[in-house]
Order: sequence, then structure tokens, then C-alpha cells
Amino acid sequence: MPELSYRLAIREALFEVMATDERVFVLGEDVEYQGVYGITRGLLEEYGPDRVIDTPISETAIVGAAMGAALMGMRPVAEIQFADFIAAAMDPLVNMAAKYHYRTGTAVPMVVRAPAGAILSDTGSTGPFHSQNPEAWFAHTPGIKVVIPATPYDAKGLLLAALEDPDPVLFLEQKSLYNLKGDVPPGNYTVPLGQARLAREGRDLSVIAYGAMVPAAVEAAESLAREVDVEVLDLRCLVPLDKEAVLTTARKTGKIVIVHEATRTAGFGAELAALIAEEAFDYLDGPVMRVTSPDAPVPAAPAMADYYLPDAGKIRDAVRWLAAY
Amino acid sequence: MRRMRAIEARATKLFHQQRTVGRVYTGRGQEAIPVGTTFALAQEDAIAPMNRDLATHLIRGITVREVFCQYLGRANGSTRGKDAGLHISDPARGLMVNMISNLPASLPVAVGIALAFKLRKEARVALTYFGDGASSTGASHEGINLAAVRQLPIIFICENNQWALSTTNRKQFVVERLADRALGYGIPGVQVDGNDVLAVYEATLTAAERARTGEGPTLIEAVTMRMDGHSVTDPAQYVPEEMLAEWRKKDPIERFAAVLRDEGILDEQLEEEIGAEIAAEIEDAIQFAERSPFLEAEEAVKGVYAAPDGRDTRAIHNA
Repeated sequence: MPELSYRLAIREALFEVMATDERVFVLGEDVEYQGVYGITRGLLEEYGPDRVIDTPISETAIVGAAMGAALMGMRPVAEIQFADFIAAAMDPLVNMAAKYHYRTGTAVPMVVRAPAGAILSDTGSTGPFHSQNPEAWFAHTPGIKVVIPATPYDAKGLLLAALEDPDPVLFLEQKSLYNLKGDVPPGNYTVPLGQARLAREGRDLSVIAYGAMVPAAVEAAESLAREVDVEVLDLRCLVPLDKEAVLTTARKTGKIVIVHEATRTAGFGAELAALIAEEAFDYLDGPVMRVTSPDAPVPAAPAMADYYLPDAGKIRDAVRWLAAY
Repeated sequence: MRRMRAIEARATKLFHQQRTVGRVYTGRGQEAIPVGTTFALAQEDAIAPMNRDLATHLIRGITVREVFCQYLGRANGSTRGKDAGLHISDPARGLMVNMISNLPASLPVAVGIALAFKLRKEARVALTYFGDGASSTGASHEGINLAAVRQLPIIFICENNQWALSTTNRKQFVVERLADRALGYGIPGVQVDGNDVLAVYEATLTAAERARTGEGPTLIEAVTMRMDGHSVTDPAQYVPEEMLAEWRKKDPIERFAAVLRDEGILDEQLEEEIGAEIAAEIEDAIQFAERSPFLEAEEAVKGVYAAPDGRDTRAIHNA
């Protein structure tokens, strides 16, 4: 089984699908040469200038145009260079694309992909404008699907599934996982949207996570293996949500720690906590906990960034606290 | 043009009788623009209209009944009551983009349609409308610029009706002519008398020819005047009466009628017949619409996704 990085798995998905589906094309800033993270490298040479299109710096037009192409039966993959810039494309996403099928019965099969999340290094983080995790805005927008892969296998399979989905899909890649390696089968395979994955089975306590926090959650769970038997659920997809998987793990252990890198207030963890309290209340043996970034923009300097970002250590602390409750 | 004006006048009355769902917006005084432009396109061309372009829909085959079913929020209206106003689309009739209230949200979408035409090497043209107010938005600049850079087969019709709600042109932009913005995008800009239906038609025909032969976009500024308020709830007392009086003299319907009379095509009897025919259509349409059912209330939570796939859309009511 070939091993591929998360980043190159996404690239492989694009190469795969563009070979067989001529409706698929890529548009965005700097996609022709390779993009900031090299994900579209070689696509132009392979598929030509009608399939790989550099745009001016115009997020509103990029996303709006993607919708127009989708309405004409094409399958555009619009790249937003950093998820932080998606704010410049809110109107076409939230007002046009998201509400369209509801109002007209006409589907808008488009994919918007963007690198999200912070990378922390010795010299600091990727800072307030290249680190955001905006998924909560879109999970709160009826009509958009939100996909956040945590493994190379899922990154490829979920993107291929997104390209078959008739609805607008926001595909938020985790840049801190771009170099994470994992088994990635060659060929065209899909991971269904709306289906979570058990990253680790356990009996005592559930950690529900997605994206960059999944490896951290697994690391925390492994390091606590002798104290607490922790189950880790990787959501993979916020919308559609695998509600059954969430409630099953909640009912199984009765103790839940939700982890996301995005900020705390009104983050997706709040939605999960409410859902669990509403539909699994009788099974709870302790409060539903959240480990998240605090309510602040992502700071750049290293000590602050380290303090700010959730990690295996912070997850471990929360798990220990709840396990003892 | 007469049909559009008559429908909108009648719909305005219905609004004030609380028989519509939502507000009515009219394009009174601007009828030559949707008419002249739409007739200049081929059937396979795609249009993204805005709320002053009722005639575009009619020319493309939307019936008067369909218009009133939409205005009255019925289940057989274009948005089935989920949305109000002139939010009508029908891909089969080339009305490709169902507009939304945020204007010009359709503009970048129309650019994407033109992009699809170019990528697939189809000899088809996209056309979209936006107003003097919408011309200030980032969406319009980004969309036109993208179309210019990619030399896309699209026509941008800027309906300069002098007012964006209560904001007059001189508070909206500094250029003398919106058509001159085209210089900034590197595309041809044409200003036409928006109340001369034949001039609008000719300008659009030329732009369509350019687009179809791969020469790229054109910006057409059609100069006109908004004779009603922004919507039926806007009495528009901020519009000086002298301005309205001036523009009444340039009424597009009257001007074209004069041309047709000169050519011997239109006489009093024909005008009466046309008027009677339109009035009868409208009465029939209103009765039909008022007999048409609304969607069941529970439909409010349906259709959010084409493939819901597990997403829980139940509204949860507290006990």
C-alpha cells in the first residue's frame, strides 16, 4: 500500500478525477504554477489551461464564477488560498450558493477547498490571517456541506466524494497535517460524506474531534492508555453530521471531551455539546467538556501561540479531569 | 414593454391590498432595457436578470400566470413560496440564475456561466444586468475584471436609473459615464439611451457578436430613470418632481409607439386590442394564482440540500 502525505493525497485526488471527468476543473489564485502548498503542481501540464485556471485576487468572483460553472453542469474546484480569505467570498457562498437549492430545486455541485488551521513552529504560528478555522460559520449556514479530513486516506476519499456531491461543499484542509503520511490506495475511491470514523476504540471516555485535533487526541489517548480507556471519534464531516456516531459514543462512555482547534464560543463543539445534552442526557456521567482555542485571533509569537493552541497535553488534562469526575 | 408595465402596475395594487407575498419592485420607465437586450440574444444564450427586468422573463416565455404565482408566493411559483419577488429562473428557457436580493450577486455567477461556455467552446453568450448602485460593489468589479482577463463571452448591462434607493448617482460614483469604467477593465464600454428600445437592441446585438466571436466582454450602460420608488413601500419623495417630469417626456413605451405609428405599424385600434389582451391575461393570471395552493407549512424545512444524507433538519421544539 503506497504511503502518501495528506497534501499529496489531495493532489492525487485531483489528478485522478480530472483524468476521467472532464467536467472537473480548478480555479483560484496561483493554481497554475502549483499553489502555495504545491497541491496543484503538475495539473496544468497534464490537463491544460482549460482545466487549471489562475484568477485575479477576487474571492467573491472566484466563488461566484464557480457557482455559475456548476449551474452549467461543470464541477468546479475553487481554491481559496487560505481559509482566512473565505470571508471575502461570503456573499456568493452564503447567500447565493447555500440558499439556491432551497429556493429553486436546482443543485449547485461545487467544491471550495482551502487550507485552514495554524502551523506552530519554534519561531511562532502562521499568525492571525493564515491560521483560521472558520468551519462554524458554515456549519451554521443551511445549504453548505463542511468536510474536514484528518488523514491522508480521508483527504483523498472525501475530496473525491465531495466532487460527486450535488451540493456546495466546503473542503477545509488542515495545513498542519499536510505532511502527515498515511496509507493511500491508488485509484478512485470515495469516503462517504456524513460518516464519522472511530480513530481509536475505548470504553471509559469519548474524545470527539475533527481535523488537526484528531492526531493530538489519539496521542493523548495512547499516553493515558494505562489510566483511562479513551475512544476517539473523528467526525470527518461537520455537515452532514454523523449524529448516530456521536450519540453512540456518548451513550457508550457517558463522558465526552470535544476537541477542535477553532475558537471556543459558538464553535462546532458547542453544537455537539448541545446535541449530546439534548439526546443522550440520561447517559451522561459528567459534564460535556470542550478543549479549544480561546476566544482570540491566533497570535504569532511562539510562547503565545503555544499557550493558545490546543494540543495532546491539554487534551490529556481534560480527559484526566473528566475521567476522575 | 406594455405587458411589463401593466403587470407591475397591477402587482403594485395587489401588494397594497395585501394579496402578494413580499414586496413588489417595478422597472417602470426602464422597460426598453430588458426588452431591447433580450430580443438581441439567441435562444441558447443565458441570462441572469435582476429585479427591474420583468420583460426579460416574459420574452423568454415565462407566462403571466407564472409571474403572478411567484408574486403571490404559491406552490407553483418559481421559488414555490420559499422566496418572494421577481426571483424567477428557468434553465430550460435560458433564465439561468435565480436572482437574490443582494445585488449584483448574479454577476459573478453569470461570469462563471460564460466561463463554462468558453471552456466547452460553445458559441453561446451570457448576459447579466446590474444597476448604478450595484456598480459600486466589489462583486461587480471583480466579476467584470475576471471576465475581461479571461476574455469571456458575456455582456454586462448596467441599468443606470439615476437612483439606488435614495442615493443619487453623484453620491455613488464620480465618473461622468459608467460606461467609461470599461476603460479601467480594458473592455469596450458603450453608453446608450436606455429608453430607446431599438438603440438598446442594436448595442446588445453588437456586443453579442463580439462575444460570440471570442472578442470578450462588453459593458453597456443604458441610461434611464426609475419612475417608481425603490419598491412599492418607497414613496420616493426624495426624487425631485422636475426630474420625473423631464423623464416622463422620454417614456420608452410612448417613444416606440410613436416610431411604430410613423411606420404605419401601430394604429389606435391595434393599441386598444393590445391593451385589452394584456388586461385579460392579467386578470386570468391573478385569478389563477389566487386559486393556486401554497406549499404545506412543513415544506419550510425541506429542500435545503439536493442530497441531505443524514443531515438533521428537523426543527426541534421545546416541550
